[in-house]
Parts: sequence; C-alpha cells; structure tokens
Amino acid sequence: MISRGERLANYVILSAFAAFALFPILSILFAALGPDDSADATGQGLSVAGLHLGNFSAAWEIGHFGSYLRTSLAVSAFVVVVSVVLSIMSGYAFGTMRFRGQSVLFYLFMLGIMMPSEAIAVPLYFDLRSLGLIDTFWSVALPQVALSVAFGTFWMRAYFRASSRAIVEAARIDGASTWRILWQVLVPPARPAVVTLTVLVFMWTWNEFLIPLIMVTSESLRTAPLGLAFFQGQYTSGFTLLAAGSVIVATPVVIFYLFLQRHFVRGLLQGAVRE
Amino acid sequence: MSVARPPGEPRRVAYLYLLPAFVIYAAFLLYPIGRAVQLSLYDWDGLSVGRWAGLSNYAAIVADEGLRDAFVHALVLVGFYAVAPLAIGLMLAAILNHAKVRGLGFFRTVVFLPQVVAMVVVAVAWRRVYAPDGTLNGLLDALGLDSLTRGWLGDYTFALPAVGVVGTWFETGLVTVLLLAGMSRIPPELYEAARLDGAGAVKEFFAVTLPSVRGEIAVALTLTVIAALRTFDLVYITTRGGPGNSTSVPSYEVYHRAFGLSQIGSAAAIGVTLTVIIFAISFVINRFADRGAS
Repeated sequence: MISRGERLANYVILSAFAAFALFPILSILFAALGPDDSADATGQGLSVAGLHLGNFSAAWEIGHFGSYLRTSLAVSAFVVVVSVVLSIMSGYAFGTMRFRGQSVLFYLFMLGIMMPSEAIAVPLYFDLRSLGLIDTFWSVALPQVALSVAFGTFWMRAYFRASSRAIVEAARIDGASTWRILWQVLVPPARPAVVTLTVLVFMWTWNEFLIPLIMVTSESLRTAPLGLAFFQGQYTSGFTLLAAGSVIVATPVVIFYLFLQRHFVRGLLQGAVRE
Repeated sequence: MSVARPPGEPRRVAYLYLLPAFVIYAAFLLYPIGRAVQLSLYDWDGLSVGRWAGLSNYAAIVADEGLRDAFVHALVLVGFYAVAPLAIGLMLAAILNHAKVRGLGFFRTVVFLPQVVAMVVVAVAWRRVYAPDGTLNGLLDALGLDSLTRGWLGDYTFALPAVGVVGTWFETGLVTVLLLAGMSRIPPELYEAARLDGAGAVKEFFAVTLPSVRGEIAVALTLTVIAALRTFDLVYITTRGGPGNSTSVPSYEVYHRAFGLSQIGSAAAIGVTLTVIIFAISFVINRFADRGAS
C-alpha cells in the first residue's frame, strides 16, 4: 500500500521534527553535564564517567536552588491540595445538583479559565499591599488557587455529569448524606479525572512566573522559575551552572510527565474544549 | 432531609459545596478584574491619590504608537504561535495518520515535551541558541553562511521573529498531537469512498481529512492564539521588549507600565483590553467551528 520510499521519507520527516523538538532541551542537558566553562571555576568538582555532576551541587549552592525548590514545593502542594478539593466540591454541586442561579454562577467560573493572570495581577498587587499581605506565602498561593479552581470546577463538573446517576440514587435511597455520596461513592471511581487535574494544577503552579515575580521581593519566597530568572540575570560568568540550574527547575515536572504522560496530554488537549 | 429525592430537584445544599471555591475565586479573581476596570479609568502612580482619566487610558492604546506596536507584535506572534504550528501540524499528522509508522508513542512523547518544561527554562535554552556565540551562529558558520550570523535577539529586524520561532517550536507538538487524535477517529470508509471517486492524496486531504478535524482545529487555534496573546515569560527573559520596543507585547507592557513606569491606570487598561480580545477571539473561533459542524 505504501511504498518503501514513502515510508523512508516519513521516518526522515518524523526524525527531523523530533530532533528539532528535542534539540534545545538536550543542549541544556549536555551543557549542564559538561565541564564548567566559567572563568572562576576552580576544581571541577565531582565527575562520574565524564559527566560533571558537580555542576548541580555548585549551582545548588551558588544559585540557592535549594531554597527556591522548597518554596516551589510548598506553594505547589498547597495550591494542588486546596484547589483539587475545592474543585471536587464545586464540580459536584454543578454536576449533580440543580439550584437557583446555577448557570450564572457557572459562567462566572468559566470566565476564569481564559482570564489572563496579567489582567488581575496588577490590581491584586496594590490591594494586597494595602492589606500588608504582599511578599507572603499567601500572596503567591491564593491567586493561583483562584485561577486553578476555575478550570478544576469545569473539569470535575464534566466528570460528575457523565458519571452514573443510578449509583448516586442507590446510595441516596440507602440514606447516605450528600457528603458521603461524594467522597465514598463518586470520588473513588473518579481517580483518573482527579489525577489529571492534579498533574495539570501542579504543572501550572510549578511553572508559573508572573505571579511570584510581582508578589515576591524577599529571596526566601522566590519560586524555582523566579529564582532561575534572577540567577540568569546575576550570574554571567558562564553557561554551565545556568544550564544546571535550568535542569534542576525543569526536572520535577518532566519526571511527572514521563510517568503520567497520558494525563498531561489528555488534560492539556481538553482544557479548552467546551461541551 | 427527604430520602427519595429525585435527581435534579433543587437542592440548597449545593451552595454549601460551592461556597469555599467561590469565596477564593471571588476574592482573588472576580474582585481584582473589577478593580482592574476601575483602575483603568484613573491616572495613578501607585502612591498618591489617583486622578479621574475617563477612557483616556484606552484611547492611548490606539493613539500611542508604542502601545499600538505592542498589540501589532502580539498579532505577529499569532502567526508564529498559531498559524505556522497549524500548517506544520496538519502536514505531520496527515503523514502519521496515513502511514502506520512505528515509534508513534515515542514521537508523541518527544514533541509534547516542550509543553511541560517551564517557560523560563525554555527561554534560557533559546537565549543560548540565539546568542552571538550561540548554536545558531555556529551552525551558520559551519555551513559557510557566516555572513548571516548576528546577535539574533539584539537585532531590530530579527528579534521578534526569533521570539516567534520559539513559539512555533513549543506549540507545534501540541497541535500535532491534537490533530492526530482527531484524524485517528475518521472512519476508514470515508477514505475508501474518496479513493473510489478517484481522489488523489491531496484531494483526499482537503475533501476528507480537513473537514473531519474542524473541531480539533478550533481547539488548537483557541489554545495557541491565547498563548500568543499572553506571551510574557519568554519576552521577559529573552529581550525585555527590546531592542528599542521591537519585541514589546501587551502582557509585558502591563508589567512594565505598572512596576517600571508607575502608570497603573494604563497597565490596567492594557490588561482589560487584552482580556476582552482573548474572550472575543475564543468566542469567534468556537462559533466558526460550531457553524461549520452543523
């Protein structure tokens, strides 16, 4: 059906494109594993089989990435847990119940899915400043909960609407409360949808740049991408440690991606799909 | 509480389930967007008392050349972020769907990878590619094209396209994977029918493949156009809007005016305008797709 020449051409096109997609990422990785190119590099540190793993510990120390990762981890954990739990609850209300003002409230939530954070970050900064909340954990975490909860509500509502009514009805007739129906009947089989939501919110929060950039001034509250941006501006004596820092910042999400790829693809592709 | 409530009967308990999400959402998203609209009607430096400005901050977006340029640059980026990935993605997906090649899973993993890497990291990687002693110039030298080498991000003509190519790079994988999913759902009978009618590969593509993935195209355009209009991290790290203002974009102007120039009203007006444009564009794209489908 397909000639050998055509098949070969297809492989060539695919390989070329895969190489194009990988090239900038791999060049960072190789630079991070190569010998330190900075002028003031003294000993080359730990080196295993030609891989200069010492670059990572050097970047970790010089660039303070330990502190940035800790902040990112704390912010991400808070945003993921709070917004997933709140989204499950609000998605449950929208997906299985009927109440006055339902569609108006739902459209209000939908506004947030497309809302650019640029538009809200500026007024938020000035309002939080007058409340004395600027440069705190909350000023970084709570706006991101708000942004995530919009998508999460949409996502969980779609799931609960499609889930079986019969099971809910049976539980209801057994006298289960709405609370028990949600957590003991509906949520356990919803695990795939919840996992997708979790990895998406984690990725968005971990990679977010603008909100920490605006809200944070003290170094101890810098998230990993923000710390990398500062490191890039200040550390100019070579590329190796900057590359090592970049690898440190990107790795957590990439690892999640490699293991839970299906969830990332499904979530990102369906994120904009309305019914 | 009655036990045998039929589903869909009004339930006031729903408000309790909505309340926690709504409180945070209202405080940190709905209220700020309202405040943004309010601030956009004032001239305010962030410290002293604001002065009523009416719609002059919005008028400036049209009248002020620098601001108008920022929106024009965003439009140029739409070409790189949305149009180019769609063209390349359609071609790649059609090839992959047509020929049952091996290693499709690996290919999908690789081309989707740029989507999950933090944009700051992407920007650091591409700065390296575009640097005067960077990879791109090295490649041009090796090919004997050293007359073309330059500091790409510092060049008035090439800085914006250079930023745009990064957008093409990270959106093409997303678009390809999305279109592949759509094409795999096209029933094979449609292709057989087209072939019986004597359609060649090109005609088959336009008669069968393209109309069948209209919905996926709409989704791809919505995602990529919005991403193009919202470009911030990439510009902040690679060019800071420079050289001159040749790569300034609306999101960067919001940040720059609010925190660099202390023109909060103007920053808020740009943010509100950007929001309205994003809503309008996604509405139009989806309308277009819906009408085409029916």
